[in-house]
Amino acid sequence: MRPEDILVPSPSGVCCKLGGFHIDPTRPVERAVITHAHSDHARAGHGAVLATRETLDLMRLRCGENFAGSSQAMAYGESVNLDGARITLHPAGHVLGSAQVAVDANGLRAVASGDYKNVADPTCAPFELVRCDLFITEATFALPVFRHGDPDAEIAKLVHSMALFPERAHLVGAYSLGKAQRVIALLRKAGYQAPIYLHGAMQAISDYYIKRGIPLGDLRLARGASKADLAGTITLCPPSALNDLWTRRFPDPLAAFASGWMRVRARARQQGVALPLVISDHADWNGLTETIAATGASEIWVTHGQEDALVHWCAARGLKGRPLDIVGYGEEVDEIADTAANEAENESAAPSFLFDENRRDGDGRA
Amino acid sequence: MNRFAELLDRLAYEPSRNAKLRLIADYFRSTPDPERGWALAALTGALSFPHAKPGLIRNLIAERTDPVLFELSYDYVGDLSETVALMWPRRLQASSQEPFLSPDGEGGNFEPENDLSLTRVVETLGTLGKAQLPRQLARWLDALDETGRWALIKLVTGGLRIGVSARLAKAAVAALADKTVHDLTVHDLEVIWPSLAPPYRELFAWLEGQAARPTSSDPAPFRPPMLAHALDEADFSGLNAADFQAEWKWDGIRVQAVAGNQNGDLSGRRVARLYSRTGEEISKSFPDLLDALRLPGAIDGELLIKRDGRIQSFNVLQQRLNRKTVTAKLMAEFPAHLRAYDLLADGDEDLRERPFSERRRRLEAFVARLGEPRIDLSPLIAFRSWDELIAARKDPAAAGAVADAAAVEGVMLKRRDALYVPGRPKGPWWKWKRDPFIIDAVLMYAQRGHGKRSSYYSDYTFGVWTRGEEGDELVPVGKAYFGFTDEELLQIDRFVRRNTVERFGPVREVVHEADRGLVLEVAFEGLQRSSRHKSGLAMRFPRINRLRWDKPPGEADRLDRLETMIQRIEQGHLQGQIA
Repeated sequence: MRPEDILVPSPSGVCCKLGGFHIDPTRPVERAVITHAHSDHARAGHGAVLATRETLDLMRLRCGENFAGSSQAMAYGESVNLDGARITLHPAGHVLGSAQVAVDANGLRAVASGDYKNVADPTCAPFELVRCDLFITEATFALPVFRHGDPDAEIAKLVHSMALFPERAHLVGAYSLGKAQRVIALLRKAGYQAPIYLHGAMQAISDYYIKRGIPLGDLRLARGASKADLAGTITLCPPSALNDLWTRRFPDPLAAFASGWMRVRARARQQGVALPLVISDHADWNGLTETIAATGASEIWVTHGQEDALVHWCAARGLKGRPLDIVGYGEEVDEIADTAANEAENESAAPSFLFDENRRDGDGRA
Repeated sequence: MNRFAELLDRLAYEPSRNAKLRLIADYFRSTPDPERGWALAALTGALSFPHAKPGLIRNLIAERTDPVLFELSYDYVGDLSETVALMWPRRLQASSQEPFLSPDGEGGNFEPENDLSLTRVVETLGTLGKAQLPRQLARWLDALDETGRWALIKLVTGGLRIGVSARLAKAAVAALADKTVHDLTVHDLEVIWPSLAPPYRELFAWLEGQAARPTSSDPAPFRPPMLAHALDEADFSGLNAADFQAEWKWDGIRVQAVAGNQNGDLSGRRVARLYSRTGEEISKSFPDLLDALRLPGAIDGELLIKRDGRIQSFNVLQQRLNRKTVTAKLMAEFPAHLRAYDLLADGDEDLRERPFSERRRRLEAFVARLGEPRIDLSPLIAFRSWDELIAARKDPAAAGAVADAAAVEGVMLKRRDALYVPGRPKGPWWKWKRDPFIIDAVLMYAQRGHGKRSSYYSDYTFGVWTRGEEGDELVPVGKAYFGFTDEELLQIDRFVRRNTVERFGPVREVVHEADRGLVLEVAFEGLQRSSRHKSGLAMRFPRINRLRWDKPPGEADRLDRLETMIQRIEQGHLQGQIA
């Protein structure tokens, strides 16, 4: 029995033939196990979906009631048997509801970790290490230049900038699901009690986080606020909105961006970011390599990102590393263009003659 | 070091000049001496560490990392200093899992650097031998975080390149002054700057009201220059031609060439310096000219390139500028020349309180006494009426500039009785540039701007028609990002968003056909040949003059017209708009 007999890579995702299901498939399949609700992992249109309750709720929120034929919720630690393959979900520490999928069959265990991070995050359950024979890891930040550092120190940079430029509006680009809520929670932890403003695209997800018992304090929509009200405030928005017409409602906006990519200067500059904040929901180089070593797995499959570096690292340690060529994973796609909330955002504030173009201006990435 | 690193980090990303000023001023206010003084020295380019070369940094990282991982990382990041700063293995908190610890292990007397200030770095490097440098740098890099390491490497290898000029740093210093005590401008700082040295304790003490103004004992000091106002047609009617003298306005660099004797003693060592008009010392870039400053005095003039007996255009001068090292070959190919138009001091005598006509006579005598071929007089233009001056401005080659006409960019008018007043007083001096060149071009691509303009398409690439393989096609001839009003910006932005045919990241290609598109009236100051552009031409200082919503793109200008312009410019005949 080899790991390949439990899971098989395919261009549209990892497949368990024994159990008859795919994990995070990138095209519609009959049975899918979904690790988390980011749009590159959780697509609509599958027959049956198995995931945590939070992931299912978030998929429903983003894709509508009919996001799948049927769905089944499973708590962390619970197991289910599918034709001889036993599936167990374990926290991945990436975003609310994110899970690693452990598949046990014939005395071997494979773990598909989805996206993960092994550092504290007040908005989701902490990463749980699962020992296994085959570990499927992401490689988003799999270069030794990525060491994310202390997120509280990054938040302190933001707070200092607020003090230095009290008449300006600080816009913080952050992915709508997970990063935005984490940044808010970190700000609250740092003692920032003032209202935090939101781009409309983040409202529903943030409300859901609050409903699930994660306190985020006083949140308001930027939409209704006047320019004067927004001076000296923080507003969170999807990254693509940082350069959008939408920013014209703010007084002298200062663009910040919370992302692991901000570690690399060129990335920050290309996006016109004045205040890069290195806050990531993915494991950094040390996190990836420490986790791989700790799983005890002898075979490592590497998906989306810097596969080469991680496969090289595995080889240097006598581990069997293999890059998976799955089309369609990557950074969470900014869903600015496909949320109804965003349209409403621009409708109320942009000059009317700009409205038509503006809807197409999520920079084409729907 | 960490606070300085944070400052550099923040400055590197901040696009706004005002925000940069505030960041720097905030740092100076909250940082003690001498730390802030060394920071000021770093920002004004006054520090250099000749032994620290990029190769040394490369060797250090090669000893500490897996070569494959380094290459993959370098390839991704694209900048050596940054890659090294990010990859440098952590020593202090290194976990047992830390991959690729230094293969040479703990080299003996390793002690953590707990108090690593910029001051300590600068002072240590000042006394350190070349052989000890790698080890010392490695110790510091071990002690710093990512940003600290990046800043340290940038600092020691030279070239911070964070978008802060020395002048901006000085302006931030000037902003420290208590406005109720003295209202200080960068100008005021530039006057005393040459007499100051890092870490500038006496300067900060003065600004904070704790000491008197530092005095200059410099034998070759900078004197703040007098600047001219641009002349409007409207100003003309009130002026009397007889009150003025006129000269060519040279298209070079305004400089002040100063020489003096150490200790004011004639037997003392001669000190000669060349300053830019903002008081930056640029002597090192022009040693060929410095040798010619044999007589004590201060000349106000234009730095130009003179080759084969004629003054070259600014395009030629540019090839001599911004070079790291000045080689003999460069000096032979681009010989520096000073065209003098004012004398501020003759020996110890300050002439600035004398009228221009008198200073001019003193200048003529001074230049004659020097007898240096590299220094000559800017000739006066003979004219009896404004009409004669207008004619001269239209065709300098015919009006006496002759072979040097390619370097003329207009005329200067100076009142005969004008004293030399620092700053820009209105009335005594006027500059009357030639009219800009004007063409009608078609908007082809638009790019989003930066900072406050980050949501606007505000950078425009425009083209003119030329004969292509399949009939007429547009070829790009330039890029402009100013000249329009805020209202026009909104209009163009709207046009771009509605007429995009393709997107390339922040750039949009907009529709540009004979009957569909936007015609831009573009004004520019000069044309030069350029192999880097498809059109073979490059414009100097192009800007949007007017939006021609009324004009069909098919009627915009053709490349032939620019070709005619450049030929006439090269002959020195074309000054200003041709009808």
